[in-house]
Amino acid sequence: MTRSVGIIVVLLAVASIYEAVALFHPISESHRSAALELFSAVDGSFSSLEEAYEALRTFEVLGIEQKPDIKDHTCNSVVDTLSSKSSNSRDLYHALRVNGLLKCKTSKEALTGITSRLKDAVKAATSLLDYYHSIGGLLLIKDQSSEVDVLLENADGILRSIKALGQSDGRWRYSSNNPESSTYAAGLAFETISGVISLAASAIDENLIGTLKKDIAKLFDSIEKYDDGSYYFDDKHIDASGHQGLLSATAAVVRGLTTFASTTDGLNIPEDKILGVARFFLGIGVPGNSKDLYYQIDSLSHLENNRVSVPLILSLPATVLSLTSKDVLKVKVNTVLGSVAPPLSVKLMQVFSSGSKDASVLKQELHFDPKEAIHTLNDLPEGVDIGEYVFAFEIVLSDPEHKRKFATGGRIKVPVHVTGVVKVDDAKVAVLEGDIVESEKKLDLPRKTDLALSANHLQKLHLSFLLTTPFGKPFKPHQVFHQLLDCLDFISLYVCLTYLSSVYLQALLKLRHESGVEHIFVVENSGRHFEITLDFLGLVEKFYYLSGQYDIELTVGDAVMENSFLQPLGSIDLDLPKAPEKTAQPPPQAVNPYLRYGPKAEIAHIFRVPEKRPPQEVSFAFLGLVLVPFLAFLVGLLRLGVNFKNFPTSAIPATFAILFHGGIAAVLVLYALFWLKLDLFTTLKSLGIIGIFLMFVGHRTLSHLASTSAKLKSA
Amino acid sequence: MGKSPATKDDARALFQSLRSAYSATPTNLKIIDLYVVFAVFTALIQVVYLAIVGSFPFNSFLSGVLSCVGTAVLAVCLRIQVNKENKEFKDLPPERAFADFVLCNLVLHLVIMNFLG
Repeated sequence: MTRSVGIIVVLLAVASIYEAVALFHPISESHRSAALELFSAVDGSFSSLEEAYEALRTFEVLGIEQKPDIKDHTCNSVVDTLSSKSSNSRDLYHALRVNGLLKCKTSKEALTGITSRLKDAVKAATSLLDYYHSIGGLLLIKDQSSEVDVLLENADGILRSIKALGQSDGRWRYSSNNPESSTYAAGLAFETISGVISLAASAIDENLIGTLKKDIAKLFDSIEKYDDGSYYFDDKHIDASGHQGLLSATAAVVRGLTTFASTTDGLNIPEDKILGVARFFLGIGVPGNSKDLYYQIDSLSHLENNRVSVPLILSLPATVLSLTSKDVLKVKVNTVLGSVAPPLSVKLMQVFSSGSKDASVLKQELHFDPKEAIHTLNDLPEGVDIGEYVFAFEIVLSDPEHKRKFATGGRIKVPVHVTGVVKVDDAKVAVLEGDIVESEKKLDLPRKTDLALSANHLQKLHLSFLLTTPFGKPFKPHQVFHQLLDCLDFISLYVCLTYLSSVYLQALLKLRHESGVEHIFVVENSGRHFEITLDFLGLVEKFYYLSGQYDIELTVGDAVMENSFLQPLGSIDLDLPKAPEKTAQPPPQAVNPYLRYGPKAEIAHIFRVPEKRPPQEVSFAFLGLVLVPFLAFLVGLLRLGVNFKNFPTSAIPATFAILFHGGIAAVLVLYALFWLKLDLFTTLKSLGIIGIFLMFVGHRTLSHLASTSAKLKSA
Repeated sequence: MGKSPATKDDARALFQSLRSAYSATPTNLKIIDLYVVFAVFTALIQVVYLAIVGSFPFNSFLSGVLSCVGTAVLAVCLRIQVNKENKEFKDLPPERAFADFVLCNLVLHLVIMNFLG
């Protein structure tokens, strides 16, 4: 499979030759459903006002209605934050933002109180975020209530202190102590600056605004570009909210730019960069998390009607056209949010066929249908046969005044596949002996055929056919890859084909032996003439000297061929010589996975035959019998006249004697327990204890007995 | 060829003299002899059982038989040491011999119980 990875790399390299060939689509229904899914409020409220604002703003832009109970919950939270004395300017800012969307009931007194707090915050501000939150809050109050006085006196001074945090490369620092700068901060800075300009009580120094315009132009010089024509800003540092990356930085810059442009005139940002940024946001598709979706939708809504240039997006609803069903090429031009574009016409300028960089200039205008708002090309240009093409369009605005307002993007290149039915003509199979044709048969591909050929190792098999496109031209494949022969079994061959099929035509002949061993050959072509000759003399070793019946299959396929086929042609009986010693064995065939993981043969275990035990009655009988001598012993003892006369009578020796006998009894009981359940170690431990006791006691008893008998002897 | 009446009488006379001689032995020796006979009989019964049902489990059989044989041997040793007519063990007090007998029996039976399984 590593080969197929290499093939894919080559494929990508080939695709990259077509610079800026990509397709962008404006915002669609899939974004709406994603928004509903991602911004789900838990228990009817959002976790923070910032999140609430993101959700509500996204819903507003996409035209989704918000549920009333969520509105109530969020409004309560907003009113609480606004009336609380402990809220800082950041909390007030977020609350005011949400209030702007939901229009909750707030009192004039509350807003006046907040205004004075925010104005104090502006005076005391030192970092960029302090300015951002407080100025932003004041601007929001201005929009929400016309009665409160929010104008700033020292607008010039504030602008100068914000500008002081800026750097020469266009980026901004967050505060004077922190030397780290970021593009995200620059976006915030421009938003704040535009807020100051709108809130200025008196006119601002023009030179200052001029330098700020230069700063934003410098910021746009640091923009980066992808190959498909999208532009973005990258931030290597993590910003204050912890959200790192292209999306947040680019979104912040777009917000800053559009708000700045709404307050000043004469911003000179190249329109291809604006269009590039719009393409960047659209190229994401539908993001997977709520923050990314918010950034995308918010930025696109800012771009939708900004005062610098409004990007227009050209999209194709379908990029695959079928010649058989006579599809027409349809083109749509919209704004980024999918709204109607100003009056314009779309011209097809060039058609590049795959692999070529030059093409004739056509300037064919597409017909506009105002009801559907679609531009159509009813007839494909001359010479567009089946294959892959790159269509280059240009948007021409009807009103010359609009040229300054809208960004059209110059020449837009879009990949288009044209598919059709490929005819297979003049197909024949022949078995050749030397150069003389032994037997020949005509085939009617791709209909069913059933050949029954036979050949020996001295003969050759020859297959040939012609492929013609719907326009009668030879169907030229781009390249034939021999690496496909490494795809050993047909499944991976199919995968290899799928990866390559977007560019390359394949015609393959497969011979499968009755034992399952397969051999695949690529059918070479010259122009539209395809043929292959299998010289069995040279292939004998490759076939592992296996004679017998081989099934023949022919595969012809391509992405643009609508009638690709895999056709079994029949079978050929090959007679190969016997395998000499030491030939390679054919590779083992893949085991059917169902067999491999299915039930296996049952193993009959041979258990040790248990020993024959005697019946229980016999054992019990002998148990009784064994006890008989013991009884006889006791009887004999009685007959001998055993007595306890020598048992000590006085107290202490008697105790010891009893203990002695008791000790022996204890040892015997311990042995019984040992046999029944104890292990050796506990037994030995207990035995040690009892043994010491027994020794002591026994010594006392026996010495007492010895002394008494000695006394008796002497007496 | 049957035994002649003379031999029979001789055997009977021998048996009688043996019996009378034996009755002269002290009681404690007779006790020990009885114990030995008891042990040997128990061993014999176990051998008969083996002959009938087979040798599984063999370790149990061995332990049983050796217990009987061992204790018989120890009893014989005790008899030798306790016997007053034995000049070799004149100075050995019989209590000491008995203590040895008890101790050795306990050790023997520990091993037997371990081997019994």
